Amino acid sequence: MNARVDLSRFQATGLETCFHGRHIQPQIYAGLDGKNWRLKDYEARGGYRAWRKILEQGEGRGMTPEQVIAEVKASSLRGRGGAGFPTGLKWSFMPRQFPGAKYLVCNSDEGEPGTCKDRDLLMFNPHIVIEGMAIAAYAMGVNVAYNYIHGEIFEVYERFEEALEEARAAGYLGDAILGSKWNFQLHACHGFGAYICGEETALLESLEGKKGQPRFKPPFPASYGLYGKPTTVNNTETFAAVPWIIVNGGQAYLDIGKPNNGGTKIFSVVGDVQKPGNYEVPLGTPFTKLLELAGGVPEGRTLKAVIPGGSSAPVLPASIMNELTMDYDAIAKAGSMLGSGAVIVMDDSRSMVHSLLRLSYFYMHESCGQCTPCREGTGWLYRMVERIANGQGRMQDIDLLNSVSDNIQGRTICALGDAAAMPVRAMIKHFKDEFVALIEKNAAPVHAGKIGPADSINPALTAAAATLQYGMATRAAASPEHRQAVKP
Amino acid sequence: MNAPAPKAAMLSEAAARAFAREIAKYPPEGKASAVIACLAVLQEEHGFISQESEELVAEALDMPVIAVHEVTTFYNMFNQVPVGRVKLNVCTNLPCQLRGGQHALEHLCASLGVAEGGTTVDRAFTVQKAECLGACADAPVVLVNDRQMVSFMNDARLDELVAVLREANPARPA
Repeated sequence: MNARVDLSRFQATGLETCFHGRHIQPQIYAGLDGKNWRLKDYEARGGYRAWRKILEQGEGRGMTPEQVIAEVKASSLRGRGGAGFPTGLKWSFMPRQFPGAKYLVCNSDEGEPGTCKDRDLLMFNPHIVIEGMAIAAYAMGVNVAYNYIHGEIFEVYERFEEALEEARAAGYLGDAILGSKWNFQLHACHGFGAYICGEETALLESLEGKKGQPRFKPPFPASYGLYGKPTTVNNTETFAAVPWIIVNGGQAYLDIGKPNNGGTKIFSVVGDVQKPGNYEVPLGTPFTKLLELAGGVPEGRTLKAVIPGGSSAPVLPASIMNELTMDYDAIAKAGSMLGSGAVIVMDDSRSMVHSLLRLSYFYMHESCGQCTPCREGTGWLYRMVERIANGQGRMQDIDLLNSVSDNIQGRTICALGDAAAMPVRAMIKHFKDEFVALIEKNAAPVHAGKIGPADSINPALTAAAATLQYGMATRAAASPEHRQAVKP
Repeated sequence: MNAPAPKAAMLSEAAARAFAREIAKYPPEGKASAVIACLAVLQEEHGFISQESEELVAEALDMPVIAVHEVTTFYNMFNQVPVGRVKLNVCTNLPCQLRGGQHALEHLCASLGVAEGGTTVDRAFTVQKAECLGACADAPVVLVNDRQMVSFMNDARLDELVAVLREANPARPA
């Protein structure tokens, strides 16, 4: 392959997505301009102050691991990767006194459709993640950590490696850090295109050099993680929140958000908005405010639906979204989830059936193939949505879609099955009339195994499905050469 | 009969250095952890993962070749067959599709005269659709040769990109 060509004039600068000045009380994105990512800039912004504070030597100075965890617990910081689990609680599960190796892993495998917050964070403020990871490792008695970065954002991986070199040279990482007895090594690694590796146990498998197939839980990573050792996995943004908490206190962090939902959260607002980008706002900010920051829906359009937490979250219609505040509890109460904070906005020009079609294809393609309900079920879902979209559906298909979803959900090792099923059920729940309308003007019904005429949205989908229809719905079957083979 | 030459001799100097750097990140018993990175290094050098490359990685990491092959076949970005000199991956997932990702794919395919997943006759370009590249707010986005992400790719910018890449990768005489 050839050497890299200078493509900088085609590349994102972060101006549109990160340095637009439309954040509210930002902590993680505060003061960034795209050029000030280096160590000296981060220090000038007050960086590594928390890490210094913790390791300060002398009577009554510094912080014990217990004090760090107590502060994080007080902040109500919840996991920013999707599940929203209380971070302090997760850290307290680590057997700190366990002899031998323990690991800390940062999940930067950001592949949830709609999400691009960690990319900007690692690209433009990498040291905040390094500092957060160092603090977390100290709190849990861990000496080695890895940051697993999405393979598709390779330049971010290279940026992070460069930042690591700076931190090592400055003595923030390595042996006897800042004159203490504490040792901590941090390394970067990357994936190479597998959505499933964002699932924490799949990520651990991948990090061990295997295909990323999730592990059965329990045992949880805290007792059996990387190389079989106690391991904690947190999202990038979670780590990035930690230095602020240590400097300003857990209570101050909690006060910025709302009870049980401390701090700020970065939302990736994408889809049908005038200014798509990342917006860091306090948890509990009204959705209407967030939409306003992103410029609202295009001129002349009205809001139709929103997927509030990445493609795996159930869709909500505009009427519900307009009343919602953006925090874990409010969105869960409305029947969806805050997830990774990807807000996929759809206006009134969008067909919900065709939107679902693309999502269902994604889950079929990315199912790791380990559990039968997911491996087979995601294919069934896709093929049924496809024939409805092509005007060849039957009225029973709507019930059948729900039934297949029921039989996937809760019956698989990891949450990818649920993630495939939930959008289907939510689309049918809120937009059933669109499915019915497409079915009612249908042509002759066809069996689910049969492939209809070329899909108007994407003929390639139909071609890919043709290879999959005889129960070979595996990743291998969807590989390029198979797709090639069915091309006319 | 002579013993086969050790495989490590076939690694380029740059690849050997990259392998060593990756392996050093992991404990000795966790050498296999470097497999994705090592394969990616060889893909950047050779354009795809051949069986020979898998054998090289297997030997360097003390892994069975089949375990390396499992990795090659599992991760989407590994090219299991030779591709064009420039591989373009266009994200068409829903957030991108809402902002013209599908159109970008179709425009590229039409202007290069290939079907999705195909390679141009002069082997200069391969165009594939991709799942979420993690740059949804920049849609439409295209990943160039697994390494460089280009953003906001409307038709004019796509044409310009193709021209730049074509100039940098002139067709080679057969």
